[in-house]
Amino acid sequence: MTEELSIYSLKGIFKEILRYKIGIFSLAIFAFFIILIIYAVIAVPYDKTISLWNDSQAWLKYPRNAIPIWWGFLTGKNLPRNIDLSKKGLLNVTSQNPKKIEITYPFNYNYDDFPTDFNIFFKSNFKNEPPTVKIFWEKPNKDKIFLIEYQLGGEESTLYLGNETSIEEKLTEYLKSKLEYHPPYSVSVLRGLFVDTSGNINIEKGEYKLHIEVEFKNQEDTIEIEPIIYGKVYGIAGTDHLRRPLELALLWGTPIDLAFGLGASISITLLHLILATISGWFGGKVDSFIQRLTEIYMVLPFLPLMIMISLFYKLTIWKLLFVLIFLSLFGTGVKTQRALVLQVKTLPYIEAAKAYGASNWRIIFLYIIPKILPPVIPSLIISIPAYVFLEAILSLFGVLDPTQPTWGRIIEDAFRNGALYKGYYYWVLEPSFLLILTAVSFALLGFVIDRIVNPKLKEI
Amino acid sequence: MAVYLTIVVANAGGYVDKLIETEIRMNVAMAIKEDPTLRGYTEEQKMSLIESQVKTQLKMKGLDKPFFIRSLYHLRNALTLDLGTAMWMTSDSGSMKVKNIILERLPLTILLFTTATVLIFFINLFLGLKLSQKYGSFLDKLIVYLSPLSTIPGWFYGIFLLLIFYSWLHILPHGGFMDFPPPPTLWEKILSVIKHMILPLSAWLISSIFVGTYSERNFFLIYSTEDYVEVARAKGLPQKDVERKYILRPALPPIITSFALSVISSWMGAIITEHIFSWPGLGMVLSQAIGMFDAPVIIGVTVIYAYLLAGTVLLLDFIYAIIDPRVRI
Repeated sequence: MTEELSIYSLKGIFKEILRYKIGIFSLAIFAFFIILIIYAVIAVPYDKTISLWNDSQAWLKYPRNAIPIWWGFLTGKNLPRNIDLSKKGLLNVTSQNPKKIEITYPFNYNYDDFPTDFNIFFKSNFKNEPPTVKIFWEKPNKDKIFLIEYQLGGEESTLYLGNETSIEEKLTEYLKSKLEYHPPYSVSVLRGLFVDTSGNINIEKGEYKLHIEVEFKNQEDTIEIEPIIYGKVYGIAGTDHLRRPLELALLWGTPIDLAFGLGASISITLLHLILATISGWFGGKVDSFIQRLTEIYMVLPFLPLMIMISLFYKLTIWKLLFVLIFLSLFGTGVKTQRALVLQVKTLPYIEAAKAYGASNWRIIFLYIIPKILPPVIPSLIISIPAYVFLEAILSLFGVLDPTQPTWGRIIEDAFRNGALYKGYYYWVLEPSFLLILTAVSFALLGFVIDRIVNPKLKEI
Repeated sequence: MAVYLTIVVANAGGYVDKLIETEIRMNVAMAIKEDPTLRGYTEEQKMSLIESQVKTQLKMKGLDKPFFIRSLYHLRNALTLDLGTAMWMTSDSGSMKVKNIILERLPLTILLFTTATVLIFFINLFLGLKLSQKYGSFLDKLIVYLSPLSTIPGWFYGIFLLLIFYSWLHILPHGGFMDFPPPPTLWEKILSVIKHMILPLSAWLISSIFVGTYSERNFFLIYSTEDYVEVARAKGLPQKDVERKYILRPALPPIITSFALSVISSWMGAIITEHIFSWPGLGMVLSQAIGMFDAPVIIGVTVIYAYLLAGTVLLLDFIYAIIDPRVRI
């Protein structure tokens, strides 16, 4: 089977793509990716992303394992979002000496589910001793419950209300007095705070108030309070086990993954092209040497080698790209493209070039390679997703640089933290969706270009 | 040759050397510690004794030679499957030898892998042949349009299958290769293994069926327009004979070639599929070794994969020779 050589230039190919519906579709996906990349670069600079992503302190005010907001709509319930009360406080100075203030935080709670957590972050400036706070909870039915008295542990301290068993006991007492029997369910702090007094686990909707009384030990002492009620949904992509918003990694995963795929695919294909041309053009010993080497490379255990190298030498993803290129140097592409070279070699214009004394390298780089480039482009494009998936594979084995937020890294995190078993499907599905989008769009584009540059396929 | 290259790569950073040296050092240190005649020695004297003994041992094994010679020594070890001792891992029977750890798991990998490739090969062949005869039908067009889906690798479909059949529907196991505890009778054991194989096999099948069928259909289409096929049809031979003797037979060599290439690349897919489905084969050994950073095992697995690939290529060469009479061994 001889392949016809293409009559199209690169520009011509692009024009032809627009004639196919699939071509336009895949180009639309690319436009989406490009917008995503530009947005990533402008909105959150790379260095900042990396340091934020790996900073465990940066995400304390985000909910843990929250599902995306739109996913929440699918459940048909109005799931709680994060409620940050710090801006809603109403200050009331109750006494000057000793200095005492009371801050009231009114808020509406109309969600169908309980929040996941409740923390209060304190920041205080004090002279001798940290201030003491008393926390009260006012339900929509105007019942005011005293929760806890707490002395700050230092300049910055956090009260994890969800973990306080004393609050749990007080809330149980409150419910017992209301129901006149012991509540039939186990009362956790968050349940106790938001449950109604019917005896079932229902949310009491309405206006709640959080009262915090602060007693300072000194006149000049000050305090900043940030109460946060953690929700079950967050943002467009949700958060992971370390409370990090996934959208950040998904966003930055796009340029990293695509750069890896494109870089690998383009450089490997071009190197194959050059080697194939050298092999086909010179023939003889050079040819047989390159061909034998290709056969050896064919049986090289590529993936275990990649894993081994990235594990032993602790390479970053970009250095690994070079290893990848080196390990694929003599791939099967060399063989298939050599067949093309042998056809081109006999064409009259090459004869002419030889006749006027063009050098070997001139013929190789200026006459042969540009001629066989178009038929190679489809395989170049189709192989891009394979390298993007390779990144995911390496991440799944946990051998890639863990500080880089990539799609594969998110899947690996999700797997390692049992997302499939605990039902955090969004965590796996979001990066997977982007991976599939990449794979399908590149495959379709390659498919279309293949039809354009290899007209024989049109007949079949 | 590939084994040699693997060794060279593994050794490029002196990794294999270092491993062997640590092993020797450990043995020597143990021997000296337990030697009652040396009890009177001070720590320093013992240390220098260890150093000198390690050096002689290295020299004895030829590890003080230049890189090239050294790599040949490692090659000899790899060829004789002398893969050294694991650092932490043990085989199920308790052996620390890398060779035992790997050989114990090898049959399971081969079971899954061979079943998958053979199944895929015949399904693709059959479907491709049928489609080429019903060229232009709805099913034919469907396969053509679905073929880009094959850029998504099998293990990736595996994630979704796990999500659907394990996490959501709870009808199939999430991984492993047999129920735990193992069922009593042999027959139930086989059934249990088959149940665990369904998901990995279907993941592979989904990923390869579209493009595999598509490319084989193309081969058959090219061959079915040949003159001798027309003649056979004109002679009034039954459709079955035409398909089998006149289309399938001459199309087999190129099909085997493309099959060979896909088999070679699918060995790599096997590693990650085993990881996803926790199928206790070589891929699992590799991922466990990565988890424990057990360097000798990682190198050993890589070497074994080189063997497997070389073996596959050799086997396919033989099949090629049987099918295509023009090829002589």
